Amino acid sequence: MKAEIRTVETDTLIIGGGTAGCFCALTIAENSNLQVVIAEKANIKRSGCLAAGVNALNAYIGKGESPESFVEYVKRDSEGIIREDLVYSIAKHLNSVIKRLEDLGLVILKDEKGEYVQRGKRSIKINGENIKPILAGAISVQENIRVLNNVNIVDYLVKDGCVAGAVGFSVRDNVVYVIYARKTVCATGGAAGLYKPNNPGFSRHKMWYSPFNTGAGYAMGIRAGAEMTSFEMRFVALRCKDTIAPTGTIAQGIEAVQVNVRGEEYVERYGSPSTHIRLYATVMENLNGNGPCFLKTKGISDERQGELFKAYLNMAPSQILKWLERNTGPAHENVEIEGTEPYIVGGHSASGYWVDRDRKTTLGNLYAIGDVAGGCPKKYVTGCLAEGRIAAESILNSAEDTQTTKPDKKEISEKVKYITRFFDNNMSLYSMEEVEQAMQKVMDEYAGGISSAYVYNQTKLETADKRIKEILAIAENLRANNFRELLTIFEIIDRLYVCKVLIRHLRARQETRWRCYQENADYPERDDENWMRYVNSVFSDGDVKIIFRELVGRDTIYEHKN
Amino acid sequence: MSIKIDPDKCISCGRCSNVCPGNLIELNGAGKAVMKYPAECWGCTACLKECPSGAVRYYLGADIGGKGSYLCTDNNQDWIDWYIVSPDKTRHHIRISKKESNKY
Repeated sequence: MKAEIRTVETDTLIIGGGTAGCFCALTIAENSNLQVVIAEKANIKRSGCLAAGVNALNAYIGKGESPESFVEYVKRDSEGIIREDLVYSIAKHLNSVIKRLEDLGLVILKDEKGEYVQRGKRSIKINGENIKPILAGAISVQENIRVLNNVNIVDYLVKDGCVAGAVGFSVRDNVVYVIYARKTVCATGGAAGLYKPNNPGFSRHKMWYSPFNTGAGYAMGIRAGAEMTSFEMRFVALRCKDTIAPTGTIAQGIEAVQVNVRGEEYVERYGSPSTHIRLYATVMENLNGNGPCFLKTKGISDERQGELFKAYLNMAPSQILKWLERNTGPAHENVEIEGTEPYIVGGHSASGYWVDRDRKTTLGNLYAIGDVAGGCPKKYVTGCLAEGRIAAESILNSAEDTQTTKPDKKEISEKVKYITRFFDNNMSLYSMEEVEQAMQKVMDEYAGGISSAYVYNQTKLETADKRIKEILAIAENLRANNFRELLTIFEIIDRLYVCKVLIRHLRARQETRWRCYQENADYPERDDENWMRYVNSVFSDGDVKIIFRELVGRDTIYEHKN
Repeated sequence: MSIKIDPDKCISCGRCSNVCPGNLIELNGAGKAVMKYPAECWGCTACLKECPSGAVRYYLGADIGGKGSYLCTDNNQDWIDWYIVSPDKTRHHIRISKKESNKY
């Protein structure tokens, strides 16, 4: 396979044109003449986890709430381990970024006084089916933003501990891109597809999070030696059975309760109903023979059912097909729920890059925002926008003074070779699909997947560690016949790097803090005396090195020191 | 979970292929859009909404309860018409205004 090499130079490179990346680009472009390049593996009009749309904004400071109460809520729900400083900083931006989205054209439900109608204390109702086309439309009129669609970034260009851009390839044009930038922003989203999914057969990609978010941003950071945090705080979603459609639309929207097969409300038997306890309770009821579990919707009016149909079409249309294919709906039968496989996603839990107040990573000139940035659970869509703005403001203040040193020709050609060598590999004994399934099986069985009710122990993790190492060696020998296959190979390799780091984080936290997310059978209790701290890591010399860091308070101005 | 594209209705504009977040749709030798990787579809329906000729249909895999019905759309300036069509041609129609929010 012959590849053309194309060089691009810009002031700011944004890797990933999802919600966070697009909003960051827009903020920079509207406030400066800086040149911005967005490199997006698909097309910004529908890429990332909001491809289908979103039907509520769940991080909002509602009436009677404040940025301070928002921090307290996130801290409580996350069992105390959050970067309070980061959560506080997004909380202060939430309502103004929502206003900006509304100005761009997002429809938000309002009452007769013109005030937003709340779905919960921190949630508002919208028509977000077109949230990505709205952002893409706003970007298209900015002359200083250049969008490279269908370009998958593989690795950063690093010189003397500083990022000077990135290398990647076009899935369509047989082109390898070398992009130099004064500032680089990683906004690739989190990682799906690490574990054997709910529907492992034909519908394997019918999952909660975008199956195309394969942890590329984490992996390129890991390989470059960026510090990562809290990978052990996995995220597992509680969703509608089979379609893996959202439950919040029903649970919050019409306040439906969770009931077991006997019709009993069971959640509070397992503790205060935080996000992970609602899931844990469901898992336990199933293990105890009280499943399946449901959201109790039977008996709601046809009118409410009709409105629920619309809300689902704006976010998860498969659920409507599931209901109407059987001439049924939530008014006629309760909605069965199940837990998904675990994901690594910084917008919901705390996994991701270790960042400072500006969202600078530990590598020079590199920022991380959105689901790929750690420490700040429950940021959701609007928190991702807020982080896009926070990073943009820092870039606006510093980009012009930044001088980067480009890696020399030899280093660049090694990077290009790292990408194109898969065309030169001999035909592999194993197919890409086999390698993916091998990874997902190991993670499921030995690192706390669905089949073991998310529970693992130290011995199992050691096995997982060894097996993932073996599978990574196999993946390095896969052969690509074209650039589309090359994309698939990197989607597997990137996930294997994420698995490697995840396993080491799970081993490191020797307690059980978050049921289902992080549940170690060797250490079944929460241990505040020893574990009120972050588990961080850096990958160097082929190994994951664990670092423990002290908690950062709400009013701390955190800067990287060592 | 996947999509099927009707070659007779496909006008070869390539728009579905352009927006697919998974790079799963390609144009074949005759210029028609085809779903190259059906088992990798997320079910986001971006391609349905993008198609100007209603050629893209979305169905549930049999492993998650699909029985042959499909979803298709007519995406206009001000609203999206969604149709759920069963094998016996029974149609449910739901119109969603783009100017109105969800109620839930």
